[in-house]
Amino acid sequence: MKPNLILHVIAKFLIPLIILFALYVQFHGDFGPGGGFQAGVIFSAAIILYSLVFGLESGEKIIPHHWLRILASLGVVIYAGVGIESLFLGGNYLDYTILGSNQIAGQHLGILLVELGVGITVAAAMLILFFAFAGRGRE
Amino acid sequence: MFDVVVDIVLLTFLATTSVAIMRMTNLFAIVMLFGIFSLLSAGLFVVMDAPDVAFTEAAVGAGISTVLMLTTLALVKRSKAPYYDEAPKIHTAWLPLIVVIVTGSALIYGTWDIPNFGSADAPSQTHVARFYLENSLPDTGVPNTVTAVLASYRGFDTLGEVTVIFTAAVAVMLLIGGKRPKSAPKTEDEEAQDEA
Amino acid sequence: MEFIIGHYNYWVVIFLMMVGLYTVISRGNLVKKIIGLNIFQVSVFFLYISMGTVEGGAAPIIAEGVKVYSNPLPHVLILTAIVVGVATTALALALVVRIKETYGTIEEDEIHNLDHSL
Repeated sequence: MKPNLILHVIAKFLIPLIILFALYVQFHGDFGPGGGFQAGVIFSAAIILYSLVFGLESGEKIIPHHWLRILASLGVVIYAGVGIESLFLGGNYLDYTILGSNQIAGQHLGILLVELGVGITVAAAMLILFFAFAGRGRE
Repeated sequence: MFDVVVDIVLLTFLATTSVAIMRMTNLFAIVMLFGIFSLLSAGLFVVMDAPDVAFTEAAVGAGISTVLMLTTLALVKRSKAPYYDEAPKIHTAWLPLIVVIVTGSALIYGTWDIPNFGSADAPSQTHVARFYLENSLPDTGVPNTVTAVLASYRGFDTLGEVTVIFTAAVAVMLLIGGKRPKSAPKTEDEEAQDEA
Repeated sequence: MEFIIGHYNYWVVIFLMMVGLYTVISRGNLVKKIIGLNIFQVSVFFLYISMGTVEGGAAPIIAEGVKVYSNPLPHVLILTAIVVGVATTALALALVVRIKETYGTIEEDEIHNLDHSL
C-alpha cells in the first residue's frame, strides 16, 4: 500500500485517544454509559485502524495471533472464574455479595471483574475476526 | 415535542436508506450505505434515551461490521464483470412481494393493540423495570442501571452471550483462519480432463 | 393524530423488517442477503428500544432530581444482541468466503447450476 502522509499523521494522533477512551468506557461503565461490550469494541477498532493505515503486518506485530487466542479464552475464564469463586466462598454461582466485606463492596468488585472479562473477550474476538478476514487475502 | 420531530425525521431517513440498499446492485455502495444506516440508528438510539446501545451500535455497526464486509468484498470480488448487472432470473419478483405484504399487514394489524410510543403506563414499564430502577442503586451501589442489570441481575445471561461471541470467533478462525490454499478451484474443463 | 404519532415508530420498524425480509428472499447475491438479514436485525432492535422509551424520561443512570427513567431491561438485551449479531454476521461472511473459494461465485442461481440442484 502506498503510504499516505495525512492518513499516517491523523491515525497517529487518533489511536492513543481511541485507546484512552476505550479504557475510560471500560472502567467508568458503572457511573456513566459504557461497559465491557462497548470498551472491547472501541479498543479493537483502534487496533483495526492501525492495521488499516500502517499495514496488516505491523498490526499483527502489536498483538500476535496466539496472544489473541489466549486473551479471548482468558476473558471467558475470568467471567466464569468469578462465579466459581463465589461458589467456593459459600454463595450462589455469580453471587457477588459474598466477594466483599459488605454487599456494596462485593457487588462492585464482582461487576468490575465481570466487565473486565467481557471487555477482554470482546476485544480479542473482534480482532480475531478482522485478522481472519484480512489475512485470507494474502497468498 | 422536539424529541418526537427528531425521532420521525431519523426514522424516515432510515426507511429511505433501507430502500436504497434493497434497490442497489453495486455491492460496495450497498456496504457503505449500510454503514450510514448503522450510524443513523445510533443517533436514533440516543434520541430514545439509550446511550449504552447507541455507543455499541456506533462502534459495531458503523465501524467493525463495515470493515468486515469490505474485507469480504475484497475476497469475493469478481475478476470479470462488475458484481452483477440485474437480479438473477430464477427469482420471480411477485412471490416475495406477496409474502412481504401479507406478513407486513398482519404485523401492522398487531400494532393496533400496542400502547402509544412513550406511554409510561404500558405493561412493559410497570413490572420488572420499576424493580430494577428502584433497587439497583441500594443493591449494587452502581448508578448506571444498565450495567447493574447486565453484570449483576442478569449475569448468567451475559456469561452465555460472551460464550457465544467466543464460539463465533473460534468458528471463523476454523473456517478462514489459515492462509488460502494455493490451488485455485478447478474449472469445468479441467475437471473433464481429470475424469478422462 | 396522536394515534399516528404514537405508532409511527412501530410502523417504520415493520417497514424496515419487511424491506430486510424482501432483500433476503428476493435477491440472489449472498452478501446482499446477509445485509438484508442485518436490516431485519436492526429493526428488531428498534422494536425493543421503542417499547422501553418513556416520554420525558432520562437515560437509566440514577441521578438526583430525575424522576422518570426509560426502561433499562431492553437496553441490556439489545446491547448484548448487537455484539453477538456482529459475531454471527462475521460467521456468515466467513461461510460466503468459503463458498466463493469452492464454487467461484456468490450468486445463488449460479451455485444451483453448478450443483444441478434446480
